Amino acid sequence: MSREHSPTTTAAGPVSSSDRPPSRVGLAPAPADRRSLWVMIGLGGALLLAAAAFMTLGAKGSWDFVLPFRGTKLLAMALVGVAVAVSTVLFQTVTDNRILTPSIMGFDALYLLLQTSLVFTIGSARLAAVDAGVMFGVELAVMVTFGVALYRWLLTGARRSVHVLVLAGIVLGVLFRSLSSFMQRLIDPNEFQVLQDAMFASLNSFDRSLVWPAAGLLAVAVGVAWGLRRRLDVLLLGRERATSLGVDHRRTVGLVLVVVAVLVSVSTALVGPIMFFGLLVANLAYRLAGSHRHGVVLPVAALLGVLALVAGQTILERVFAFDTALAVIIEFLGGIVFLVLLVRGEKR
Amino acid sequence: MIDVLDAVKTYGSVRVVDGVHLKLPAGGLTSIVGPNGAGKSTLLSLIARLLDMDGGQVLVDGLDVSTARSDVLATRIAALRQENHLAARLTVRDLVTFGRYPHSKGRTTPGDLEHVARALEFLDLEPLADRFLDEMSGGQRQRAFVAMVLCQDTEVVLLDEPLNNLDPRHAVAMMERLRAAVDELGKTVVLVVHDINVAAHYSDHIVAMADGAVMVEGSPHEVIRPEVLSSVYGLPVEVHEIAGRPHATYFPPGRPSVKFSIA
Repeated sequence: MSREHSPTTTAAGPVSSSDRPPSRVGLAPAPADRRSLWVMIGLGGALLLAAAAFMTLGAKGSWDFVLPFRGTKLLAMALVGVAVAVSTVLFQTVTDNRILTPSIMGFDALYLLLQTSLVFTIGSARLAAVDAGVMFGVELAVMVTFGVALYRWLLTGARRSVHVLVLAGIVLGVLFRSLSSFMQRLIDPNEFQVLQDAMFASLNSFDRSLVWPAAGLLAVAVGVAWGLRRRLDVLLLGRERATSLGVDHRRTVGLVLVVVAVLVSVSTALVGPIMFFGLLVANLAYRLAGSHRHGVVLPVAALLGVLALVAGQTILERVFAFDTALAVIIEFLGGIVFLVLLVRGEKR
Repeated sequence: MIDVLDAVKTYGSVRVVDGVHLKLPAGGLTSIVGPNGAGKSTLLSLIARLLDMDGGQVLVDGLDVSTARSDVLATRIAALRQENHLAARLTVRDLVTFGRYPHSKGRTTPGDLEHVARALEFLDLEPLADRFLDEMSGGQRQRAFVAMVLCQDTEVVLLDEPLNNLDPRHAVAMMERLRAAVDELGKTVVLVVHDINVAAHYSDHIVAMADGAVMVEGSPHEVIRPEVLSSVYGLPVEVHEIAGRPHATYFPPGRPSVKFSIA
C-alpha cells in the first residue's frame, strides 16, 4: 500500500494480449497446493487404518463369512459417506452459502414421502414382489423429476436470503414428513412396519441388495460432478459473476441438482435420512482443504465423510459395543455446528 | 459496439428500464449518471446479460446478448456489479485468476498467470495478493474485483460504481487507469458513476438517465449544464468552468460552500 503510483505510466496494463516474457510470479506450485495434497494423503491413510480395523477387530468365526459380510457393510458406509459429503458440497456451491444442505432443505424427506406414497398406493405385498433394484430405479426417477423441478424453482428464481431458504426448507421438510406420517396412519400396520425401517437412519439395517446398484449410480453421479469441478469453482462467485465469466448458470445448477438428487436418493435408500452429517463434513472439509477448488474440496469432503462413518462405527461397535448410536452422535454434533454457523452468519 | 434497442426491464408493475435506446461506439469511456432508482445499474446488467430483458434487444459487437453463447460473450464483455458478497473464502490472487476463466476454462496457463500478475500490479494490489478478501477493507476488495474484471481482457468493460469505497487517491488512480485502458488499448469502458464531476472530468461521453429512460446524452460539455443536471437530479445545480472543464456544485447556499474536487 505504500507504493506511490504514477497512473499515467502504468497504462500498458493487464488488458493487452499476452505475448510477454514469462513472469517470475506464481509458476511454482503454491504451498497451499502441497498442503491440500498432504491433507488428502493423511485422510486416505487414516481411512485405510479405520477400514482395516473395521474389517478385522473382534471377528469371531470363519473369515469366509466375516470378510464378505463386513465388506458389504463397509462398502455401504463408503457409499453413504461419499454421497452425503459430495451432495452437500455441490448443493452449498450452487446455493452460494455454507449453511444449507440438501437434508436441511427437505431433499431426503421428499424421498421418504415418495417411498410412503408408493407403499400407500400400491401396497407392500405387491411391492415386495417387485425387485428392489427396479423399485429403487422408479423412486429415483420420480425423485429426480420432482426434486429438481421444485428446488430449481426455489433456488434460481429471485435472489432470496439464506434465512428465507432455511425457513422454506424447514417448512417443506415438515410438509413432506407430515404427509408421509398422514399416509402411514391410514395404511395397514403390517405395511407400516415395512416403512418404519426406512424412516430412521441406521447403519445396521440397510438393504444389501441395493448396495451394488447404488454403487453404480454413485460412480456416475460423482463422475459428472468431477467433470464439472472447474465450472463449480466459478459458481462460488455467485450467479452474476459466474454468468459474466461465461458459465450458463441455470443449466449448470439444473445439472448439479440432478446429481444431488441422485446422491441423496442413494444415501437415503441405503440408510435413511441423516440431517446434519453433510453440514459437519462439508464445513470441516472447507477448513481442512486449504483451497476453494472443487478438485480439492470434493475429494477431501468425500474422504472425511467415509472416514467419519467407518471410524465412528468401528469405535462404537467394536470398542464400546453400542449398536445404533452413531447416527445419533453425528446428528448431535452436526446440529451444534448448524447452530454455530447460523449464529455466526447472522453477525456478518 | 454496444447497441441498445428499446430495452425494457420491469419489476412487478414498475418499469425500471423503460424503452432505452443507446448507441455507444467502440473505444471511449462512457459514464452513466442519474439519481437513485434511475435504472442505471439495471441497464448495465441488461447489457452484460446478467438480467433477462422483458423487451428489446442488446447487441454487443453484433452479438445479441440474450441469445449468443455465454462463454463466447465472456471473451468480449466483462462486467462488475455493485455488491461484493462472497460465500467462499478466497485470496485476492484466487479471485483475480477467476478473470481468466473464459480463456482458460480453469486450466491456468503461465500466460494466464502473467495476466493475473499484471492486473494485480495495475491496481496496486501486489502487497495484498495473498490476503483473504474477508480480511480486507471495502476499498481494497473493490479494487480486487475490478482487477478480476480487467483480467478478463475483453473489448468491452462494464463497471457499476467502480469507485465505491475508494478514497480520493485510489479513486483518481482507478479513473486514470481506466482512461489509459481506453486511450492506449482501445477498450470500450462504460461506468455507472455517482459523482458528476468524475464523469465530467474523465468521460468522452455521458449518458444521463432518470425514471428508466435516457434524458440526455452527449459530450461532458453538452450534459454538464445547469439546466440539464437540475432537471435530471431535481436539484438546483451550478456549473463552473475550472481549467477548461465543466464542474458542478450542488450544495445549497447558506452554508460554507464545500466543493468536492478530485483533481
